[in-house]
Amino acid sequence: MALLEINNLHVGVEDEDIKILNGVDLTLDTGDMHAIMGPNGSGKSTLASVLAGREEYEVLEGDIHYDGEDLLELEPEERAEEGVFLAFQYPVELPGVSMTNFLKESVNSVREARGQEELSSAEFLQQMRERADMLGLDADLTKRSVNEGFSGGEKKRNEIFQLAMLEPRLAILDETDSGLDIDALQSVANGVNKLRDGDRGFLVITHYERILQYIVPDRVHVMMDGQIARSGDKELAQQLEEHGYEWIRDEVAAAAA
Amino acid sequence: MSTALDTDVRPEDRFISAFEVNHGQALNGVNASIAQQREDAIERFSQLGIPDNSLEAWKYTDISKTIDRPYTLSLAAEGPSVAPSDIEPFTIDAMDAHRVVLVNGHVDESLSDIGDLPAGVVVSSLAQAGETHPDVVEAHYGQYADAEDEALTALNTAFVQDGAFVYVPSGTIVEKPIFFLHITAGDEPLFLQPRHLFVVEDGAIAKIVEAQHALTDAQTFTNTVSEAFVGERANLKHYLFQDEGTSASQVHTRAGTQKDNSVYSTNTITFSGEVVRNNATIEADGSFCESNLYGLCIGKDEMHVDNHTQMDHVQPDCNSNELYKHVLNDESTAVFNGKVLVTRGSQRIDAYQQNDTIVLTDDANIYTKPELEIYADDVVCSHGATTGQVDEEGVFYLRSRGLSERRAHILMLQAFTDEVVSEYKIDPLRDYIAEKIRQRFASYFA
Ligand SMILES: Nc1ncnc2c1ncn2[C@@H]1O[C@H](COP(=O)(O)OP(=O)(O)OP(=O)(O)O)[C@@H](O)[C@H]1O
Ligand SMILES: [Mg+2]
Repeated sequence: MALLEINNLHVGVEDEDIKILNGVDLTLDTGDMHAIMGPNGSGKSTLASVLAGREEYEVLEGDIHYDGEDLLELEPEERAEEGVFLAFQYPVELPGVSMTNFLKESVNSVREARGQEELSSAEFLQQMRERADMLGLDADLTKRSVNEGFSGGEKKRNEIFQLAMLEPRLAILDETDSGLDIDALQSVANGVNKLRDGDRGFLVITHYERILQYIVPDRVHVMMDGQIARSGDKELAQQLEEHGYEWIRDEVAAAAA
Repeated sequence: MSTALDTDVRPEDRFISAFEVNHGQALNGVNASIAQQREDAIERFSQLGIPDNSLEAWKYTDISKTIDRPYTLSLAAEGPSVAPSDIEPFTIDAMDAHRVVLVNGHVDESLSDIGDLPAGVVVSSLAQAGETHPDVVEAHYGQYADAEDEALTALNTAFVQDGAFVYVPSGTIVEKPIFFLHITAGDEPLFLQPRHLFVVEDGAIAKIVEAQHALTDAQTFTNTVSEAFVGERANLKHYLFQDEGTSASQVHTRAGTQKDNSVYSTNTITFSGEVVRNNATIEADGSFCESNLYGLCIGKDEMHVDNHTQMDHVQPDCNSNELYKHVLNDESTAVFNGKVLVTRGSQRIDAYQQNDTIVLTDDANIYTKPELEIYADDVVCSHGATTGQVDEEGVFYLRSRGLSERRAHILMLQAFTDEVVSEYKIDPLRDYIAEKIRQRFASYFA
């Protein structure tokens, strides 16, 4: 069954005459892992932001169904409660917002929406320790303000740490692999693979084929100029690694001619 | 005893005639020099007049209108009686402190709980200290606040009667905070002029907490002058929480001086008030001093809060940190004017100043101005000011993790204020204030 179904999605920026997505079609089945690759500025993060509910983007046409529901009807927090999670390409720093307090509130609001009981402080701390350990996240980071003064790699790990705490059904990873060292890449991949239990879906946005060796995708999509220009299996990622994107552009142009 | 101020005459003249009528009433006691200061001060006050908008330092705060009301100038030797239950909301019981309650500027023994103090430490009323410790009072009283050029300091000095007093002798550490709870009470529209003196001698350490509250809805005006002396190697933390309600206005003048190797930190949080003007001056009159000036204003309705700070570096090798923040809702107004003076020869000064404001509505206003006067060349002075809205990126981040828009906004505002609130280095006090602030923000997004 389709966990996520995007049909002919056109997106622009409100108040400005900018169009970014020009008819995206994508279906992700429950249990699947899809990769989205594509040149800089092609619209990958915009798609991720629209899925998470960022308000500066305006959907001009098309629709998105998540678990059969109209996703665009939901507020960002409702999407989180329903199990949508975006690991940001550029996580913001929130000085003064304590990591522990924020995450506890976050976990409990998501649990409440799922009809689960609130975690006690002790249970929460226990879970936090376990998951931080699993991902090789320095436990001291959880005592600080959210992302404040974190290194680039620490921010990325922190996103995956939150993913592990919130256990979403649809996880979107926007270039989580960029800026990670080899060890971090492996622990992030391990974290993701642990959650791959057949009941969730993953969209992994990346520029590098390397992460796809650890978390093997079922499909690979290439986003160009706000459209999915090509889809294929994991071999496609290999091809892109070797030949870049231009050949796809040429082929698309030739087909259109 | 009290004197109604006649509103038909110029407000200055009302005070001057009240001074003459009540000549013998104020704190003059045994001390001839204080008596002389009073005479000089009323003279200076009549020359200076009440400041209005034509003065640069009062450009955005017109105190003359607020003063020109039919107040009763209270000259009673003690405040009205107040029940313990009346002050219960303000006593911060979780904070284990030497607590002194002042009602209309007079110590109320029955409400106070000073407890055991280290040997030699004095926590009392200023009037009492004038009798028990005349040498300390004479050495410091009137030495730091500027009654020569500041009309309201002159006015306070002319009418000086009572207030809070702390004396921590050399090398003495006061572990618990010394907590002055200032209560305004009574049905009349009062004009109050408390006068405080805090003396922390060489190598001594103390924390002074002041909170201002009102039990009356009558319009009141409090003209406070508070002086502090921080000796060599001494450390004084001085916290002020202003929450007198919508009908209370005040000018709060604080002047502190510090000596070699000392640390003096002030932190002023303004939570309510009609018109509030704070003048905070620190003179680092010694080398290797650290001075910290923090402040926060949580403005709502038509609150008007003006923080004028002055950091005087008159000796080399010191550093000062200044951070004032505002969160302004409704039609509230905040003014921040931060003056830093580095005199000739005061080399190797590191002075930092920052003022950040979040405005929540189009009708809220902030006027901010740094004023740097630097006459030495080997100095690092930085200043910055920002004004903006709640960071929507942050709000989105929190919402994308399942927090409601309301919770996200409250959390972001709390986070913004945290930088000042976390400088309250007394846990129960910090928690008390943080909770008040959280409730205020929660009320904005009901
Ligand atoms: N809020 C916005 N306002 C204006 N233009 C925007 C906005 N958001 C995105 N864009 C533009 O839309 C295009 C797509 O941006 P997007 O961030 O989605 O690209 P991307 O595929 O994620 O790129 P990268 O690989 O560099 O991360 C870019 O040209 C970008 O400048
Ligand atoms: Mg991107």
